[in-house]
Parts: sequence; structure tokens; C-alpha cells
Amino acid sequence: MPDSDRADVLEVTSLRKEFGDLVAVDDVSFRVPEAGSLAIVGESGSGKTTIARMIVGLERPSGGSISACGQDRSRPARSLADRRRRGREVQIVFQDPYTSLDPRQTAEGAIDEVLRLHHGWPADRRRARVAELTGLVGLDERQSRALPRALSGGQRQRVAIARALAAQPQILILDESVAALDVSIQAQVLNLLADIRDETGVSYILISHDLAVVRQLTDTTIVLRRGQVVEHGPTGQVLDDPQHAYTRLLRDCVPRPGWKPTRQLAQASAEQSTADKEAPRE
Amino acid sequence: MSAQVTTVAVPGTKRSRSLSGLRGTGVAGMMSAAVIALATIAAVFGPLLAPFNPDLPNLSLAWVGPVGGHLLGYDFQGRDVLSRLLAGAQSSMLGPLAVVILSMAAGAVLAVVAAWRRGAADAVISSGLDILFAFPGILLAVLATAIFGAGLTAAAIALSIAYMPYVARVLRGVALRERSQPYVAALEVQGSSATTICLRHIIPNMLPLIVAQATIMFGWAMVDLAAISFLGLGVQPPAPNWGVMISENQTGILQGYPLPALSAGVCIVAVVIAFNILGERLFEQAQEARR
Amino acid sequence: MSAPLLQVDGLTVRLEVRGERRPVLRDVALTVREGEALGLVGESGSGKSMTARAIDRLLPRGAEVDGSIRFDGRDVHALSGADLRRYRNQVAMIFQDPRAHVNPVRRIGDYMTEALRTNLGTPAAAAANRASDMLSQVGIDGGARRLRQYPHELSGGMLQRVMIAAALLTEPRLLLADEPTTALDVTTQAEVMAILDGLRREFGLAMLFITHDLELAAAICDRTAVMYAGQIVEVRESGRLHDDPLHPYTAALAAARPDITRAAGRLRAIPGRPLSAFEAPPGECAFAPRCPHAQDACRAGVPPLSELDGGLSRCVRAHELRGKLGEPANA
Repeated sequence: MPDSDRADVLEVTSLRKEFGDLVAVDDVSFRVPEAGSLAIVGESGSGKTTIARMIVGLERPSGGSISACGQDRSRPARSLADRRRRGREVQIVFQDPYTSLDPRQTAEGAIDEVLRLHHGWPADRRRARVAELTGLVGLDERQSRALPRALSGGQRQRVAIARALAAQPQILILDESVAALDVSIQAQVLNLLADIRDETGVSYILISHDLAVVRQLTDTTIVLRRGQVVEHGPTGQVLDDPQHAYTRLLRDCVPRPGWKPTRQLAQASAEQSTADKEAPRE
Repeated sequence: MSAQVTTVAVPGTKRSRSLSGLRGTGVAGMMSAAVIALATIAAVFGPLLAPFNPDLPNLSLAWVGPVGGHLLGYDFQGRDVLSRLLAGAQSSMLGPLAVVILSMAAGAVLAVVAAWRRGAADAVISSGLDILFAFPGILLAVLATAIFGAGLTAAAIALSIAYMPYVARVLRGVALRERSQPYVAALEVQGSSATTICLRHIIPNMLPLIVAQATIMFGWAMVDLAAISFLGLGVQPPAPNWGVMISENQTGILQGYPLPALSAGVCIVAVVIAFNILGERLFEQAQEARR
Repeated sequence: MSAPLLQVDGLTVRLEVRGERRPVLRDVALTVREGEALGLVGESGSGKSMTARAIDRLLPRGAEVDGSIRFDGRDVHALSGADLRRYRNQVAMIFQDPRAHVNPVRRIGDYMTEALRTNLGTPAAAAANRASDMLSQVGIDGGARRLRQYPHELSGGMLQRVMIAAALLTEPRLLLADEPTTALDVTTQAEVMAILDGLRREFGLAMLFITHDLELAAAICDRTAVMYAGQIVEVRESGRLHDDPLHPYTAALAAARPDITRAAGRLRAIPGRPLSAFEAPPGECAFAPRCPHAQDACRAGVPPLSELDGGLSRCVRAHELRGKLGEPANA
């Protein structure tokens, strides 16, 4: 089913964020359909993480609107109950597996806490759901009962994913969630994420600087540079036939068999940075 | 390809402090803990353990040296020194305990609130603490006793107020660090309330540091309270108290009867050093656990 | 062929962790020739960083080192005093996070010229000039002004370039680069790599380039070594590493990576997770538990590093698996 026929689970319109004089996000708009997968690509300073934080409510937009599951969330939640409801709509998995979990809590404990927050279920029903979720992300019993310090980076990310899914969100934001993982583990987690999407119909918003991962996991891509969208479209098209010079530069800078970092490439990159510094910001 | 097997040990000391808990504090740490345990037993059971009556004066026996079961002799009023030390352990230990509990509780709450809310609330709290910082503990205690009369309660409360900004400063740093961790953000996104996150997650992760800080502070409070009692502003004679005992018996030092005053002094010094050493070791452990 | 600049043989390192003695490197052997770039690729626990530290004598206290590291024929671990300082001038190291390795309260100029002034006795003015020149070589203009700046005034990419420039000032013959671009944006990485590559060729520097990125290593290094569980498992000419790997781990690593040109139905993930030297099962091939081609012969003993087609491989089945490592395993 083409994107335009499906209902949108997330709609972001003219989103803007200012930190004092700095415009971190400038007139960004995009939509994510049900069971869709959108990549937000950019380098440091592009505003991609700020956008993610605004969507989950950790940061307050300076302008524009965000609407998830049909409900507006451009302003902060009015009550605790409202915040919890939003938590059932959009969840997030962060980049660093080493600080995403409370070091004093087991995987089961962390997931159980989320379940208790959202549902008034009795203990055995929660236990069953915890087992379901840990099974879904591929954690065995020992790992579910372990403290984070006994788990590897990849295992901790699985716990973080399970915890995020406990609230059964419609949208899962993956903020560079596989960037800190070893290559072989990254592949496992990417496969896992694809499986989860197939099984639960959750939509993804993948924040990443890694174009190969973007290709693997997403249907559409927007490219951000210094807070503005410079390109958007189906992922394959954006990566195979980029229209904007910056997107072309990003793609050309990716190491692959036969790639050589040439002085011309460095020159092009340096010119982009200089152009950024000289261009007036509206 | 010749494989030369020459084992070269990179010079350095073995790290024996790799265990956690009390054993991880090393020999010094464990000995300090033993001293503290003894003092605690004295504080709890002191009056029962005292071989003689600590309160009954007998001037004819004043300044008599160690003889016949009186291991440390008699003090300036003819009372058994050892019994008075044991009986005095209670007020000598209870005072610092109260100070530590009050200042740590107040300091921790302020630190966590400032760290959680950040921004304006943090600025206001920090400025308030800075103002309180300007008051040295002993002066505040003197002021308190001038207003409320001499006694342990007034002194202990005044000292707690004086220590609180220090505690808050130290704990605020840790609280800020925990508050900015992604796991806290994850809980916020879930919709967990600020109180829940602070009580169930942030404070428990600060505990090793809180315990270390409290331990060190106990030593400081003990010295400050002993000084206050020595000045006559804290525990009042004839109640047994180590600080008071130094004050009461100080004339004996010059007269050639140093034992009563000095033994009280040794008790204070020993317990304070023990708390300092244990506190520092726990501090190190807390830092290591962070890595 | 002249003697190699750096020769490591049978390097085995054990560290004390929580009261136990654990191996972190096992029988590591590699050579770097004058002017050559050798890539060292591995995942967590592979020992790649530890190898660089051993070469630069930066191992933690209490480490036990067996085997030999020879630089220009001399045993590195036997050096001390003036000889050791001379060695440090000839072997420079650059790290992943420049901010953690540059003193934030000292100016860039001080940082850069320190080695020149203290070790080589260069007068301050001359040292500053050379630092300025080197900065422009790495693409940073405004030399004198930059030397007066503090680290926090520069971005991560610029600071990394400063670190490279500082490393090159003592005219080293070998550069140890420990994931120098991992923390940088991909465009900045390309810039820094181009500069590094260019300077290396210009000065005839040898380089040991450590990274987790197989493609990056293959792009700028003449040969690439792959490490797993504290051992070298393959050394190969970079151009042939991707198409004709000699060890199943290398092939698996390359296959696990997503492809920017197409989305695979499912990535070929390696089951399990990368092991450290002390976790590896003793007396057998460390990769055997995860290897799709493992057979009984693989568990009979630790496979030796043997020559094959100009490269080295620690797989006992390397010869028969040639050409087939790109495909899924046969039963």
C-alpha cells in the first residue's frame, strides 16, 4: 500500500526550535504513515536529536506543530495522566546502551516498572507480558534477571527496546540506537527491529548518520543540515540519486570497497562547512 | 620468527582494593570500622557497661591515679574516668548522629530538587545555599545557644544548618549527573512522575556517595560538637560527655594529672580518625563503582 | 627486502582484573614496513587498542607482557630513560577522543610544542613556527592565532587535526592511530582521512590504523589485519580482503554490514557475540562457536597463523574454503 493511502501516525508541520540566538530546527515538516519507517539523516548540529526530543516531549517546540496518533502534542502535557497517554503513543530508544538503563534495575524490573505505570494489571499478568517482551527481543532468562553491568552493549539495547515496547507505542524513535554497537551485533539488532515491525506494526523514526543502516531499515528519508530539510523522498531514491549537493557529499563520504578519501572530497566537505558559516541564517 | 618469551611485568602495585563492601576498604578501613563499632556499643550500652557510678562525686578521691580496678583513675570530682567515658559515649555519639541525619536529609532534598528542576529553581536554591555557606558552624551554634539556651539540641540543630549547604553542594553535582542520564529521560518519556523518578532511581544511585559523605561528616560533627561542649555551650556538666570532660579536667593537665582530660581527648580523636578513614575509603569505592 | 620497521612476535598480554589474571592479547604477530600503512580491524574485546598500547608502552600497571616488540631491531620493552624518550619521538600515537587527551587548561601551542621543547630541546620560537606550519599542512589556517587558542574553542574535527599535527611534529617514523575518526561526522572523517593519508605519503610515515570499520581500513591501508578474541586471525592485502578473504570471521564481518546500495531482506548476522581473549574457549579456534564452517578439526587445538597466497590466516580450513567464504555455509 503506498504511503499516501495509509493513515499518518505522526505529522510534524513547520517545526521550529530556538536556543537563544541559535536556530536548531528551522521549518521542518514530515509525516510518518502507519507501520512506516522514516529516517532522519544528518550530522552533528543538524537538529535531528532535537527533533526527536521534541516529539517525545523532552524539549518544547518554539514553533510549528506535532501531532501523534491524531492528538496534538505541540505543547507540554497538562497532567501526569496526559504524559502517560503520550508515552503510550511514542517511545524512544537512545544511543548509549551504557546509560540507558538504571544500573540498579534488572531487565525484568525495568520492564515491569513501565507496565505498572501504564496498566493496573495483577502481578502474574505483568510477569507474562514481561516474558513475552523479553522473548520478543531475544533475551534469555539469565539475561532478563541480570543487572545491566552483567550485560553486553547489544543485550542492553535489547532491554531498552523491550522497555520501550512495553507501553505498546505506535511510534518508536530510534535515536542512533545501533551506532554504538559492534558490527556483528548491529546486524542482529537491525534484523530484530525489522522483525518487530513486521510483528507489531509499529512505525519507526530512525535518527542516524549511517547511510547503510538507513538503507536497510527505512522506507523514506529526510536529510537535515543545520536544522533545515535539504532533501526528502523514498530512501532508495535519495541514496541512489541524490538531488542536493549535501546529500551527494554525505553519500560520497561513506567508506565502501574501492573508496578512497581524496583531497577533492575533503575540499568539497570543507567548502560545505565554509558555505554554512558564511550563509546568513534567517 | 623467533618468539622470545621474556615475561616483563610492567612495574606497579597490585590492586587489592578490588572488592566491594566493607572488605573492599582494606585493613585501615576495617580497623576503623572496628573502632566505630566499639564506640557504638559504648554509646548504646555505656551506662550498663560502666564498672562504677559515673555521676557520684567523691572529692576526697579527686585526681587519684589508676588503682584497684579504676583503669583510668579518677577525675577532678573523684568520679571513675572509665565509667564516665563509657557513659559519655552516648551524648558524644548521638549529637553527631543527629547532625548528620538532619543535614544530609535537608541537603539531599535540596540537591535533588535543584538538580531535577534546573534553571531558575536551581539558581535560587544555589544562591540560598551560598548565603548559608557564609556562616561557620561554631558561630551559628554560639548564636543558637545564646537565643535558646545552652544544650545539645540547640547546638546540634545549628550545626545541621551550617553543614547542610555543603552536603547540598556535593550531592547536587551527583544528582545533576544522574538526572541527565538517558535512563531518566526514558522514564520521563514513559510518563513517570518526578517524585517517583527521584525517589526510586536518582537517590538510590546516589547512595554510595551519600553514605561516604555521611561517614566523613560524622567525624567533623563530632569535633565541632566536642568543641561546643568544651566551650560550655553544648552538653552541660555534670552530664558525662567527652567534650565536657576535656573542659572539666583541663586544669589537671598542668597539675600533673593528664589522664582524665587526655583519655577523653583520645576517645574523640580515635573515633573521628576512624570515621575519616572509613569515609574516605567508602568515597573511593563510590568513585570506582562509577567506572 | 629490508627489515621491517616494527616487528611484533608472539605478543601475549595479561592484565589483572578484579584479582584475576586475564589474557587480553594472545600470540599477536604483525609487521609494519617503513612507509607502509597496516590496518588493524576488530570488534569489542578483539585487543586492537591493547596492541597499540603495548607497542607504545602505555599498558596499565601490573600488566604481564610476553613475546617481543621490536622497533628498528630494538626491543621496545627493554628501553628506558633517554632511549625510551627517543622511541616516543619516533612512534607517535593519536587517539579517538581528542578532548580526553588534550589538556583543556593549556593553549594549543603549548600542547603542540611540548614534545619538541622538552624532548628535542627545540627553542620556543622555532617550535612555534614549526607548529604553525604543521597546522596549515593539516588544513588549519591562522597559525599564530590558533596556537594561542584553547581546546574548547575548536570543534572535534579541528581538535583531531591538531592532535595529528602535534603527533607529526617530532617527525615520527611510525604513527599509531587508535580509531582517530570514530567520533567524527562522516564528512569530517573523510577530510581528516584525506589529510592523514596525504601527510603519511608525503613524510613516508608508517602507520598502524586501528578501527572497527573494515571498509575504512581497506580504503587507506596497504594491508589489513583482522583481530578476534585477542588474536590476529587474518592479514591480507587490502584490495583483496573484501573479495577473497582468508578467514570466515573476516567474511562474516563484511557480510554483516548493511549495504548502502540496497536493502537486504535480512542481514547475515553472526550468531552470538564477539568474545574477549579471556572468554574464548581454550585449546580451540576462538571463532569456532560462531563459525558456520566449523568442523572437528577446528576444535582440536588453537590454529596457528599460516601463510596463504601472500596473506596470513588462522583458519585450519582456509585453503579449502577459499572462494566459498562469500556464500552461506555448506552443511
